[in-house]
Amino acid sequence: MNALTVTDLTATYGPVRALDGVSFEVAPGCVTAVLGANGAGKTTLLRTLSGLVRPIAGTAHLGGTDLLRTPAEEMTRTGLAHVPEGRGVIAELTVRENLRLGALGAPRGRRGRFDLPRIYELFPVLGERRDQVAHTLSGGERQMLVIGRALLAEPEILLLDEPSLGLAPRVVAQIFALVRDLVDTDGLTVLLAEQNARSALSIADRGLVLGLGRVVADEPAADLADDVRLRDAYLGN
Amino acid sequence: MQQLLTTTLSGITLGFVYAAFALALVMIWRSTRIVNFAQAPMAMLTTYVALTVIDAGYSYWIGFAAALVAGFVLGAAVEWLVVRRVDSTVEINPVILTLGLFIVFHSVAALVFGSQFRSFPAPFGVRGFEVGDTTIALTGFGVFTILAVLAVLGLLLLLFRFTDVGLRMRASAFNAEVSRLLGVRVGRMLSLGWALAALVGSLSGLLIAGGGLVHPSYMDPVVVYGFVAAVLGGLDSPMGAVAGGLLLGLCLSFVSGYLGSELVAMAALLVLVAVLLVRPGGLFASTVQRRV
Repeated sequence: MNALTVTDLTATYGPVRALDGVSFEVAPGCVTAVLGANGAGKTTLLRTLSGLVRPIAGTAHLGGTDLLRTPAEEMTRTGLAHVPEGRGVIAELTVRENLRLGALGAPRGRRGRFDLPRIYELFPVLGERRDQVAHTLSGGERQMLVIGRALLAEPEILLLDEPSLGLAPRVVAQIFALVRDLVDTDGLTVLLAEQNARSALSIADRGLVLGLGRVVADEPAADLADDVRLRDAYLGN
Repeated sequence: MQQLLTTTLSGITLGFVYAAFALALVMIWRSTRIVNFAQAPMAMLTTYVALTVIDAGYSYWIGFAAALVAGFVLGAAVEWLVVRRVDSTVEINPVILTLGLFIVFHSVAALVFGSQFRSFPAPFGVRGFEVGDTTIALTGFGVFTILAVLAVLGLLLLLFRFTDVGLRMRASAFNAEVSRLLGVRVGRMLSLGWALAALVGSLSGLLIAGGGLVHPSYMDPVVVYGFVAAVLGGLDSPMGAVAGGLLLGLCLSFVSGYLGSELVAMAALLVLVAVLLVRPGGLFASTVQRRV
């Protein structure tokens, strides 16, 4: 199991510094919540780690792998799976085809913790709808599909971008509880970017708060949840 | 009765050729959202490759295979060397580019192969089968045409439905960014999509040339008919392309048989306008309403 180490990561969108010298470390087998308001840099951070955004400075390593030198399409083979914001199901393919695609990205020779039967056991609704085209799924089912698909790539670290977006609180709680279970039983490492700070901190070990592209706090989740000043300034709820 | 049969049979044969060409257009449209106007001269070039091989003394089938291989390579090369380099955030750019390639390939063919008419062999008879004492419009080459297009369609469906590479190609076409995150080499898949499309286009070029004459513009009318067939089928659906091709082939054959062959081009245009007015998504559109 490898740690994720990020130092001085800086990325720009035109004149805007979306990430400005971000440094942090993610211990293996933990959930780290990345919190902050809209535009704080959460999505940019995840997109930079998975190779979709090229940073102008900094380093990012997953164990011995230099993530910044790895193209996005090689990421799953280094053990990093990124579930992008807005679901990212391929709506025209069936549930089973989406899942097959995830499994195709798994590193060669990796011992399987996750296979199709396991995913159908974790998310029974996906099994029931395996032959349906993905655009027929509800928002919660789509989120389950993209998480299941990412798991089939046998990741060491899973990057989740706003999984709660647009979902009912009950569904969010169900999905978050399941993510926490996977971390505890399979030793998965999760980097969870969320605007919904309260839900995210409820399953996180650590919390990283971003404000305008900088790290404003990096503390155990329990401390963050109690930090009234921080909550008012950056988290909004 | 005799004429009805003749018209129908030649319409079906013609329809399968349009279907192959439309299929090539649809495959490129699906994967890169580009209408490839250069498809016709690409198929023309590969037919000349076949002709060169056959004229060098090899069999028709070696020439046939050479044309398909040339089509595969040419398709990948066009995608990799040209289409990929153009800024496609402005949608019109790659379309203008394929129009430019249309002209370039014409000139290349005239320079390399000459612009005179040359006859192209057919592997099977091009005279109608005789049933009793009447000759029907179905020829040996016509049967070959139908079977060849059906075989290609079947192989493509198997590829897309049941193989990993087919799944990767479809995923790349539908959502490039998500596919990259899942470990799909999207660029490679797009090249492969163009290569396969150009191979199917080459097949249609060979089928049209068979038993007839080739010259640098011999495929140009097919661009119009193939495009109409593709739009008829929804531009997005391979099965739609084949159905559209058949429908258009029959329609044009009836116009030619009963109204006069000079009206065929106009009839194709009327069909295009009618479809765009009544069902702009095509008769078999499979477009998914995206939820945001």
